[in-house]
Amino acid sequence: MKLTKIAAIAAAAMTVASPVLADLVFPSLSYRTGAYAAGGIPFADGYADYMTMLNERDGGIGGVMTRVIECETGFSTEKGVECYESTKGEGALVYQPLSTGITYQLIPKATADGIPVHSMGYGRTSAANGKVFRNVFNYPVNYWNGASIAVNHLLDINGGDISGKKVALIYHNSAYGKEPIRTLQELAKKHSFELTELAVDHPGQEQKSQWLQIRRERPDYVLMWGWGVMNQVAIQEAANIRFPMENFIGVWWSGAEIDVLPSGDASHGYKALAFTGVGADYPIYAEIQKYVVDTGKAAGDGNQLGTVIYNRGLYAAMLAAEAVRKAQEISGKMQIVASDMRDGMEALEITEERMTELGMPNFGPTFKVSCENHGGPGTAAVAQWDAGAKKWNLITDFASSDMSVIQPLIDADSAAYAAENNITPNCN
Amino acid sequence: MSAGFYFGVEVFLNGLMSGVMYSLVALGFVLIFKASGVFNYAQGVMALFAALTLVGVQSGQVPFAHLINAVFGTNVQHFGWEVPTFFALLIALAVMVLFAVLVEKFVLKHLVNQEPIILFMATIGLAYFMEGFGDLMWGAEIKKLDVGIPQGGNLWIEESTAFLGGDGFYGFYLDTLDIYATVIAAILVTSLVLFSKYTKTGRALRAVADDHQAALSVGISLRAIWVIVWAIAGFVALVAGIMWGSKSGVQFSLSLIALKALPVLILGGFTSIPGAIVGGLIIGVGEKMFEFLIGAPFLGGATENWFAYMLALMFLVFRPQGLFGEKIIERV
Repeated sequence: MKLTKIAAIAAAAMTVASPVLADLVFPSLSYRTGAYAAGGIPFADGYADYMTMLNERDGGIGGVMTRVIECETGFSTEKGVECYESTKGEGALVYQPLSTGITYQLIPKATADGIPVHSMGYGRTSAANGKVFRNVFNYPVNYWNGASIAVNHLLDINGGDISGKKVALIYHNSAYGKEPIRTLQELAKKHSFELTELAVDHPGQEQKSQWLQIRRERPDYVLMWGWGVMNQVAIQEAANIRFPMENFIGVWWSGAEIDVLPSGDASHGYKALAFTGVGADYPIYAEIQKYVVDTGKAAGDGNQLGTVIYNRGLYAAMLAAEAVRKAQEISGKMQIVASDMRDGMEALEITEERMTELGMPNFGPTFKVSCENHGGPGTAAVAQWDAGAKKWNLITDFASSDMSVIQPLIDADSAAYAAENNITPNCN
Repeated sequence: MSAGFYFGVEVFLNGLMSGVMYSLVALGFVLIFKASGVFNYAQGVMALFAALTLVGVQSGQVPFAHLINAVFGTNVQHFGWEVPTFFALLIALAVMVLFAVLVEKFVLKHLVNQEPIILFMATIGLAYFMEGFGDLMWGAEIKKLDVGIPQGGNLWIEESTAFLGGDGFYGFYLDTLDIYATVIAAILVTSLVLFSKYTKTGRALRAVADDHQAALSVGISLRAIWVIVWAIAGFVALVAGIMWGSKSGVQFSLSLIALKALPVLILGGFTSIPGAIVGGLIIGVGEKMFEFLIGAPFLGGATENWFAYMLALMFLVFRPQGLFGEKIIERV
């Protein structure tokens, strides 16, 4: 009798605790509050609005509605992990941690739970090796690609020769900011340029020492790996010392409207890498307007549409939705689970034809994911800020990076991770 | 003298300027601690809130626009006018005075005779409330702040000092904004000192700072004094918010400038206005010179944050009450 009661209670508890398999669940580890909110809000809005549009226009994906569960991290690693733990039981298909710190914490957890992680343009770079990081994806581009693309741009504007040039890297003194250093050191050897590394402590409100050093040493170019207030202060300080803005290039996390607007006209000419299109001149925006904004279902108040980070959120959601379609196709079922999603992500193929169908022509690179390559094509464009028109313009195509330098670094770092964690690299 | 020497002098001068910026934040803490014994955790958020209010009023932004639009389905963002900086400053100041009244009425009044730790906890709550309230009122986007103070290296100083160090020296770099901040801080401190020494209210403030009970016994209203002190701290927060916000735009990380004030307070003492200034200058120069001479060349840089605290702690070993703080003697 006693056992029967316990079994009944356990059965009831399991019914309550089990995920409700009626939706395609996408946890959104957003940060709408705190010091980095200005960057977190547009991404979360873009991600949610795309999923809302799919629900309103198409009735979800393959007839199954999408459900975005937002969990506020405040860009804190601890809260990010709490968000993961509190949402994974909801039937989460994929996590986009939106923070390199959170990504590092989630890699072992999500791998153990069998849930894929997509760290798009951030996180652990060597996760591009899918033979070691089976559940982690960082397509279409990573930091090491970014470092190489920035250097390739310098080569392009210098007729292919930057030997003897001085390049300074000003970086956020965190796991994120330190990511490109190794690659840049290798590239400095290869192209014979002189690299100076300048760390800026969180949050980056005070950078006088670093910019005095730049003024003293007069580098030809400055690269920036910044985030949040560090970006705005760096651009203002560069203007203060009259550093030529066209010689100042930020990574994609240092290249949004919010980074350049506070310094007004002084930021004119500043460059940044971009792995999505800029502006709102894409057919997808008519759909977002019609099905999401006009119906009052937008995640925000609709004033972020077409901004760099909103576009990035939109793009992340599109990649997740396309991976779901692929997973549905592979598994033959519409209500997929996390393991199906992983397979879908690994088989994902983004073609220009498909991007055009989605109303996002030339919005991002075309690529095909594989077990060997979870990192995608590693391409990005260079954008330049026009302070007068208050808009970014892409000044290059999506260009590739120097994989002859990057691939050995990915192999070495992922091999070290595999050894530390007793992982046998495989594709089975 | 070599260019290297003059670069060192340049770093020293910029350290002084940075120190003034830290002092501006520290001053608000000192004022409130001196008058009420409360370590006001919300001082950084007050600077943020004051700057948000200033920019919001200046640019004609509708307060609580997000809330209004969500509730009524409207799409209001701006009034369609811009308020001149001077009047926007007055309105922002009025809001900070109102804030002081409300803090006294809804927080401090109910915590009279409580332990300092209770009051400290209350200010932590206040900080979180104000951050959320500021977000609700003015939105979380980064706002450009322009009150007419020029920014950028002062060309005249650069050109007239370029001859000093030969070809490798480009003249002293001093940010015009920092020069303005120094002048404003000097005026602010002088005014505060004159106010506390030569006005009736100022003397009442000092009396309360010395002994609450004795001040009450001679008829000084503790509640009125608290409102005045919080209002003055609100004004100081507005000045700090303007100076820091001019560099980075007004955004929520502005509240973190309080972190730069803590070593200044440890070093200068929590109860001394001159201490906040001298402490700021020592911290500013100390951290910049350490970064220039040791941090950047030998330790990989980014030493300023921890060095500031280390420097403050070293002072603490020899003077636990800070350089200018009052020595507390408790007799059994």
